[in-house]
Amino acid sequence: MNLKLIGGAAALAAVSSLAFAGTGAVADEFKWMTFAVFGAIIALTMYVTYWAARQTHSTSEFYAAGRSVTGVQNGWAIAGDYLSAASFLGIAGLISLYGYDGFMYSVGWLVAYITVLLVIAEPCRNIGKYTLGDILAFRNQPKASKTVAALSTITVSTFYLTAQMVGGGVLIKTLIGIDYYISVIGVGILMLTYVVFGGMKATTWVQIIKAVLLVTASILLVMFTWGQYGFSLPGFLQAVVDNPGVQKQVAKVIGDAALNMSPEELGQRFLEPGLFLKNPIDQISLGMALVLGTAGMPHILMRFFTVPTAQDARKSVIWAMAIIGGFYVLTLFLGMGAAINVGSANIAGLDKGGNMAAPLLAQYVGGGADSMLGNLFLAFVAAVAFATIVAVVAGLVLAAASAMAHDIYVGVIKGDHASPQEQVIAARVSSIIVGILAIYVGIAAEGQNVAHLVALAFAVAASSNLPAVFLTLYWKRANTYGIVTGMVVGAVTAIALVMISPNMTYPQAVIKDAKKVLEGEPMQPAKEAKPAVVASSFMCELFAMEGCVKSEPAKPASPEKAAKPGAAEKLAKLNEKLATLSDEKEIAAVKKDIAATEKAKSKAEADLKTFEGQTTSMAGLEKPFFLLKNPGLISIPLGFLCVIVFSLAFRDKRAEEMWDELYVRQNTGIHAEGASAH
Amino acid sequence: MSKPEMNWAAIDADPRFQALHKKKLTFLWSLMIFSVVYYFLLPIGAAYFQDLYKIKVWGPVNVGILFALSEFIVAWTIAAVYAKRANREFDAMAAEIIKDAHNIK
Repeated sequence: MNLKLIGGAAALAAVSSLAFAGTGAVADEFKWMTFAVFGAIIALTMYVTYWAARQTHSTSEFYAAGRSVTGVQNGWAIAGDYLSAASFLGIAGLISLYGYDGFMYSVGWLVAYITVLLVIAEPCRNIGKYTLGDILAFRNQPKASKTVAALSTITVSTFYLTAQMVGGGVLIKTLIGIDYYISVIGVGILMLTYVVFGGMKATTWVQIIKAVLLVTASILLVMFTWGQYGFSLPGFLQAVVDNPGVQKQVAKVIGDAALNMSPEELGQRFLEPGLFLKNPIDQISLGMALVLGTAGMPHILMRFFTVPTAQDARKSVIWAMAIIGGFYVLTLFLGMGAAINVGSANIAGLDKGGNMAAPLLAQYVGGGADSMLGNLFLAFVAAVAFATIVAVVAGLVLAAASAMAHDIYVGVIKGDHASPQEQVIAARVSSIIVGILAIYVGIAAEGQNVAHLVALAFAVAASSNLPAVFLTLYWKRANTYGIVTGMVVGAVTAIALVMISPNMTYPQAVIKDAKKVLEGEPMQPAKEAKPAVVASSFMCELFAMEGCVKSEPAKPASPEKAAKPGAAEKLAKLNEKLATLSDEKEIAAVKKDIAATEKAKSKAEADLKTFEGQTTSMAGLEKPFFLLKNPGLISIPLGFLCVIVFSLAFRDKRAEEMWDELYVRQNTGIHAEGASAH
Repeated sequence: MSKPEMNWAAIDADPRFQALHKKKLTFLWSLMIFSVVYYFLLPIGAAYFQDLYKIKVWGPVNVGILFALSEFIVAWTIAAVYAKRANREFDAMAAEIIKDAHNIK
């Protein structure tokens, strides 16, 4: 174990000379501040890990922090586990670029906890021990159910983990210019240290620290941005509507439709739906995945085993809902505040997805890019983002490692006959294996589009884990056959649908776009307005089948558009223009244009090179066959259906005999795993 | 393990447990269905009733924003309603059964 750490540290040292080479949002002269804040946070978490490690000896201490976490603490830890960088930076970014739709997107992430509260948290605490597999094995055939539960846990965790590692690496690079590999290895080593030495106790406290930092940072930022308007909602939103940058952003998003709109109408449009989320069926599909998937997320389920009683589990969800919901309401102000103070165009300029909205807002609030305080704020937010990634990854690694060690090794291979010492060693070794795997995946997947993996993780959890857990807890006839088939079919369907969905990369489309950038576009004649087209059947909304008429929104009339020049031509023109300019502001603007064009050109060239000669996606398709981005709409009902049909078709004596015990125990908490004595 | 043997079937059949089971199930299902319906109304409304969402009611604040904010209030209210009922009623009913569990044969 130490060898691995030393090896990692050596790798870290070897490449550290590159660490300061890149550029990020933080200017070089202020980087020391970012590292100071990073250092302070790392020192604090290391101290917590040291303290936790001294109290972590037994299996129950390693996986469940000795079931000694209080309801309030666990609520903060759940929030820390759940509010990933995607929600902290991603949703604020979506709001800053697309207004209302970004806010609407955040709602589902909170509503998801109602399912957790009402049907999952307490029963799972009452009958479970450490893992999803323990819950399923209560009345189903233990080896079979533990095997599928572990496979599903590892699958879900890996998807989520990959998104976190890759997203985190890119994020840290954009923020402070640290090399991608160093970020990934750094995150990996830190997370491994917490998990391997401090187990669940250290992980819990790292998540609590991160959640407190995140909430504090957000409240401070909102105080500054909303405070300017006397905490008046209409006053603040009026400033958004009146902001020229916001109006410009809306005009850019809606294109031709903007031609007949006044600036006020454009600004108001920012507060109305439809700028980002365009397909309602896809939103319902994502909504289903969130609302049912959160309750099936292994790292969230695992958190309920850390509290002493079901009452504490209940209390922890209530606290988590207060923190998570409050945070998303703040995000509305963070996102809109960034849109008016920093400008949507500047945010999108640094990162297309808008991830830089919150950090740039922090910099602005402190006094701007050249000020000491502004950069201190930026450093703080960057450090919080870093802590966020580490905390989420630690929770995921612990969940995957517990599935590997507790379900597979102890439960299936050893038939539940492993000495306590052996169990703890297995847990630590599995953590190291999963941690190294996470670092490897993070490095291997560099540059890949991984954003959809978060949604996929939720979809798999909702289609596979949730039907199995839910029906095991509440349906007398559920049994091993149903659970195993349902979990496998649910997970495989979700993954297969994503493989043929628009989330994948389709080389022909990429090549076409790249050529547009390099060669320019021909003149386009004026077009008349087109009414909306309704798909010929519901199946045609979901699949690109032959003979289908695809649904399309109404299009306004568009005037003739001049031909667009290719990148090389555009660059030449800009350089010519630059030579004639004398005003400094204009020169800066043109220089910015040149940089952006050069960036687009080199990306297009790289794309052409990567996809040269390729015509089909990974799944061998020229274009998506499944038209939704989220598979939940199909895979979740299918998962439920399979559990029901196969449970009815086969009989399983144990599942029937254990029903009374399970049902009484999940409702009363009799014989629930108790807190370990200290 | 030194946990005493229980007659689970008898506890399950006990009228007190049946009362808890029925009350809890109806309550949980109604909250769950209400919250799911209320949640999905938001994206469905955003897609098919855009004109309604655009109506301004309080300065630039429109129906859509108020509806989205109400989702948070509703989620918190459901959580509070559940917690109150569970803390007061369900826990007491369960405690009653636990106290007597080893005697139920």
